[in-house]
Formats: sequence, C-alpha cells, structure tokens
Amino acid sequence: MEIALNLASVTSKNNSSLIGSLKSYCRHFLFLKASSIAILILLSFSSAISLGSSASAAEEAATPTKLYGTISGKDGAPLPNIGVAVIGPEGFAKDVATDAEGKWEVEILTKGTFNLTINQDDLPDGQALTDPTKSTVRANVFMLGVDLRLLFPIGPGVAKASTLERSAQLAVDGLILGLIIGLAALGLSLIFGTTGLTNFAHGEILTFGGLLLYYLSAIIKLPVLVAAPIAVLLGAFISGFLQDRYLWKPLRKRGTGLIAMLVVSIGLAIFLRYFFLFLFGGDTRQLPQYAGQAGLEIGLVNITPKSILTTVIGIIFIILATFWLLRTRMGKASRAVSDNPALASASGIDVQKVIKAVWILGAGLATYAGVIVTVNQGVSFLMGQDMLLLIFAAVTLGGLGTANGALVGSLIIGLFVQLSTLFIPTELKYVGALIVLIIILVVRPQGILGKKERIG
Amino acid sequence: MDFLFIAQQTLSATIGVNTIIFALAAIGLNMHFGYTGLLNFGQAGFLAIGAYSVAVPVISFGIPLWIAFLIGIFNSVIFALLLGVPTLKLRADYLAIVTIAAAEIVRQIARSATFNEWLGGSDGITGKFGKDFFALNPFKSGLDTPILRFNANDLWVVITGWSLVAAITFVMWIMVNSPWGRVMRAIREDEDAVRSLGKNVYLYKMQSLIIGGVIGSMGGFVYALSRQSVQPDNYGTALTFFAYTVLILGGAARVFSPVVGAMIFWFLIVFIEQVLRQGVTNNVIPHWLIGVNQVSQIRFMLMGLGLMALMIFRPQGIFGDKKELALDAKA
Repeated sequence: MEIALNLASVTSKNNSSLIGSLKSYCRHFLFLKASSIAILILLSFSSAISLGSSASAAEEAATPTKLYGTISGKDGAPLPNIGVAVIGPEGFAKDVATDAEGKWEVEILTKGTFNLTINQDDLPDGQALTDPTKSTVRANVFMLGVDLRLLFPIGPGVAKASTLERSAQLAVDGLILGLIIGLAALGLSLIFGTTGLTNFAHGEILTFGGLLLYYLSAIIKLPVLVAAPIAVLLGAFISGFLQDRYLWKPLRKRGTGLIAMLVVSIGLAIFLRYFFLFLFGGDTRQLPQYAGQAGLEIGLVNITPKSILTTVIGIIFIILATFWLLRTRMGKASRAVSDNPALASASGIDVQKVIKAVWILGAGLATYAGVIVTVNQGVSFLMGQDMLLLIFAAVTLGGLGTANGALVGSLIIGLFVQLSTLFIPTELKYVGALIVLIIILVVRPQGILGKKERIG
Repeated sequence: MDFLFIAQQTLSATIGVNTIIFALAAIGLNMHFGYTGLLNFGQAGFLAIGAYSVAVPVISFGIPLWIAFLIGIFNSVIFALLLGVPTLKLRADYLAIVTIAAAEIVRQIARSATFNEWLGGSDGITGKFGKDFFALNPFKSGLDTPILRFNANDLWVVITGWSLVAAITFVMWIMVNSPWGRVMRAIREDEDAVRSLGKNVYLYKMQSLIIGGVIGSMGGFVYALSRQSVQPDNYGTALTFFAYTVLILGGAARVFSPVVGAMIFWFLIVFIEQVLRQGVTNNVIPHWLIGVNQVSQIRFMLMGLGLMALMIFRPQGIFGDKKELALDAKA
C-alpha cells in the first residue's frame, strides 16, 4: 500500500512522505525489530523545516530538542529501568532510565554528535542487544527543534545465551508463532475446503480481533481477562456470521466464480486495512494492562505468564476445534461438504448451515489469534496483513483444504521462521519460510498431508 | 474550492507517469491472466526487479544505463523461469500463492540490512542513475497550461513512456491475434483440450509468464527512472492488487483495456483525493470527520469497495466481453 501513497504524491508530497515514513516505521518495527543496526527516524519533519528557516542562532540555542525512544524486548513488551547514558559535545553528559512503558528521553540544547549507550547490565535475563558490540548509538543533531527517535534493537540475547539456550528459546517462540498461524490457518483452510474461497481478507479478521481487544481494554477499560472472551465472541459474530451472511452467501447465490470471489476478498482486504488505519492510526499500541510483564525462567527458556496463558488457551481451542471436526455431527458434515458438496447436499446435509458454522468457527479462531498477538506484542493495522502470507504458506504447505494439514503446516512454518534465525539474519526469517514453501511445492505439490487429486 | 486546480491535477495524472507504470504492469498481467489464465500475484516482484536492475548496476557498479535496461530484461526472464518451473504444472491457486510469496521474497531481500551495501536497505536507492536518459531530453522547460502540467523531466518520461506503451500494445495486438495467441486463449479455456491436440501447454504458459513479466519489469524501469529513486516498500503486494484492479476495471483479455483501465484508475484516485483534500482544507468537510492526513486512506477505502463492486456486478470490466472471459475458469 505504500506504493500508492508515494504514487499519489504528485501534489501532496509533504503529507504523503510523512505517512510514508510512519508506515515504514511500522514496518521497521515489525520486520527489523531485531536488526543489527540501530534505526534513526526523523519525526516532526514539517515543524523542523519551519523552525529552521525562521529561527536565528540565538533563538536556536534556546530551542530544546528531545532525543527519545522506547526500549522493548524481543517479544515487544516494554522494558522498564534500563539505563541510557548520553554523552554529547561541550562536556554534555546525562544518564536517564526508561519508565514503566519502556520510554526514555533526554533534552539537549546544543547541536553536534551525541553518543547514547544502553546499559546492557540492566537488561533482564533473556533479553540482550541483537549485537552486543553495538550498545552505542550515534545521533547527529544538525538542527535544534527536531526531535530524534533512537532505537536499540533487542533480540534473543546472543551474548548471554548459549546456542543450546537460544535454540530452546527459539523453538518455544516458534511453537507459539506456529500456534498463532495455526489458529488462523485452520479457519482459512476450512472455509477454502467448504466454499472454495481463497480468502485474502482473512488476515483482517486477526487485526479486527486485536482492535476489538484494544478498544475494549484500553478505551472501555475492561480487564483483559474479560475483554478477550468478549472480543472473540464479537469477532466470531461480526467477522464470521455477519460477513458470511451479508457478503459471501449472497455471492454464492449469485453464482459468482471462485476467482471473482478471490478478487472480491482482495477488495475487502484493501478496504478494511485502510478503514482500520483511518480509525486507529499507523502506530503499534500496547494494551495498558500487563504491558511490562516480566518473564519467567523455565528451564532453558524465558517466557512471560501472559504468553503461557494465551498459548495454553490457544491449544485448548485447537483441540476443541479438532474434536468438533472429528467427532461431532456438524464437523463430520463439514468434512463431507469439503469432499463433495453436491453429494453431501444430496445425502441430506444442509450445506449452507455447515458453511455458516465453518465461518463462525474459523473467524472465532482467527480472532483469538489476533488476541494472542495483541496481548503479547501489541496491535497495529498491519498485523493481519503481515501474518497473511505465513498463514497462506502454512495452509499450502499442509495441503490446501485439509484441516490437520493446516495445523502441521503452521507448526513447521512457525518453527522454521524462528529457528532459521540461528543461521540467517533475523530480518530475513520470513524469506526463509517462503523459500521453504516454494521448495516443498516443487517436491510435493499436494502439500504434506494433501491428496494427490487436488493438483491441477 | 479551486476547481481549475482539481481539473489540472486530475487530467495530468490521467495521462501521467503513474498511469504509464500501471498500464505496463497491467499489460503484463493481461498476458498472464487475461489471455493465458495464469493467476500471477507477483507482478510487483517483476516491477521491483526492473526498477532495481536499472538503479543498482548504474549506481553501484557504474554500468551504463542502456546496458542496465538489458540486465533488467534478463533478470526478469530469470525471475519468470524461477517462478514458472515449480508452479506452472500446479493448479491456479497454487501459482497465486507462490507468486505472491516470491514477490515478497524479492521485496524483503531488497529492504534487508544484509544487502544494504548494494540494494540500499529499507531506504532504497536514490541517485542520478537516469542521467543518461534525461540527457536526451529535448525539452528545456516543462508544460504549464491550465489543463495539463508537467515539469521538463516528467514531460520527457511521459512522452517516451507513452511511446513504449503504444509499441508494446501494438506488439500485444499482433501476438494475441496470431495462431500463438489463439493457443494461449485455448489454454485459458481448457488446458486438457489443448494438451490433447499435442501442444506443450507448459512451454506456452512459460512463454506467457516470461513475456508478461518482462513487460511488467519495463513498468519498473519507468517507475525508477521517473523518480530517480527506488523504494523497496513501493513494490509490496498492494502494487500487484492495484494492477489487477486496473486490469479488471478495463476488462481482461482486451488489448487496450489495461491502458484505459490505468487512465480511469488514476483519474478516479487523483480526482477523489483532490476533491476531498480541497474539501477538508476549505472546511467544506468538517475536520472531526476526516483529517487532512486521512484523505488518502478514504481514497483507498473507496478503491477497495470499488474493486469489490466491480467484481460482483460487472466482472468483465468496462470494455470486456463476458463471453470472452468467464472469470471462473479454474481454481
């Protein structure tokens, strides 16, 4: 979507570039969270320009300028009480520390080069700089009045952890990621199986779930433990029941083709994504509750209680969904519809009712996936979009339209994404997963658990 | 509200640089999707490869721009082969997922810090890599009339770009009306029937993928040259989706439809944007409803809804023929 922002900047260059930089910041946050270089981002550009042109040198000296940033851990949770030492020109030296939300800032009054050093000893166990040798970030202040944002990338502590510990931590992270993908992939796969729809708007169900949770807990001030179930139920109702009832069911009745429906889902995804951006803005926000929760040391790994709880509930959901598919009447009917809708219909199965059930279940699970991400890493309007390709990869890997295949594919993708960072740069971890997807398709086109007849 | 300004901006955009880029991207997709039925969701990858192929050799290795164009075409052929070999034997939706993944791989590698030295990381590449091209510019000053406005460089890009679009459209017209083009359409309609007539379907699909991809990468050339910079995040999945919107708007499987579709697309985008922006700045639209920064978001929301409505109510597009393309072949 950045494209169009830039493309359309014929007249509104300033405006678009501001949004563009905001977006690219979001992307940095998501993809380069643990990159080995510190990222400098200039914000409040427009104010800088107006100040620079009008202010005289004397006024300039009086303009206080902030260097600021947020230090958050590898799981996205803010880290409090981390010391940052600032050394600048003319003997400037100041020590600051992060507050409860992981934010720090220091006010400066002179131009020049500032060196900011993070106190690595303050970092909790399991958290370390991605590159411990780069604990100092340099900020060049050319112009006063321009606040500079500085980031220290925190990742799975290279220095503190042995390869064994790192592998164990990454494996756990990978399983959790796999679970999140799996919750979303199960719904996508079931919907594909029963209706043939390749739903490009499935990621937006995750985002919607995350936003619901955020609004319920941060605006309406419900405790997360109350807000989360409400969010899942609302998600299942709105993204599942209402979406199917008022969009996809009428389309199926009209006899809209599968590729046409695929394109409709792309249109829906574009609409929803920008609608969320319109409502919510471009930044990643944390839930106020449990934001800076400390991790627990369990054996070789470090994991937060909220992560454990959300994961366990996720596993229970997966087990229940599998049980529904394998043991209940409706679940069996859904598999029959996947296999052959006409035959299922002829044997007395109410196909529309099965599809409705599948949509509600799939949307509920995907909403819960959004809840897990939001609780642990915060929510942004791009959240679903960034997950969508991994979800597709998982579904394809397992075999399109097979529910257990989607789960197996999700676990493989989740583990691979995380464990591959042992060997490749963290920022390329998704690339590795996508390459694996392509390779597996070459060797086994039907996917790991797919049936051969499904290849075209 | 300044209606003359709105008209000038809108008309300039309708025949402007962006229209050329999207027309080329959509012509490529028309070859893939319209004529051969290949669901390529990685067209952004071809544009990215085209754009980086003109920027990187010139900036990082000092290779002349004209050779860089050849490198770009070569690279996009290689990319098409890499995409095609594993996927063209699979069902259409597998191709969609693999191509969208491949385009993301290209973008993420391009923006990664690991290859920062050559590809410029997430900031991309900015530099005078197009100076050989602009040195040929015969226009010393831009065009500034009440209805059209281009600066000198844009004017040169627009004129050469439209010449390129015209040439490619002509070649496309010859190709799709040749026996070769009829085989392509037959593949779209019924692959097995074509196979039973002894044609090598796989080879034909590969040719389609390569040709459409090379045309797409030329869109990347125009994209990079017109801005003298390449930003990796401009080549995300949204670019592909908008290229599809352009194609479907005009009507797939028509030679001129991508061009007309791109013109309508950019006319609507810039028109809506300008009207909303003027409305917001002149307090016609209240600020609590839409902020100045939210104008572009409204525009994309409308575009998403438009794509849905188009697909539901008029899947053959504005000029398409329903008989020519029932958008429901396979998948």
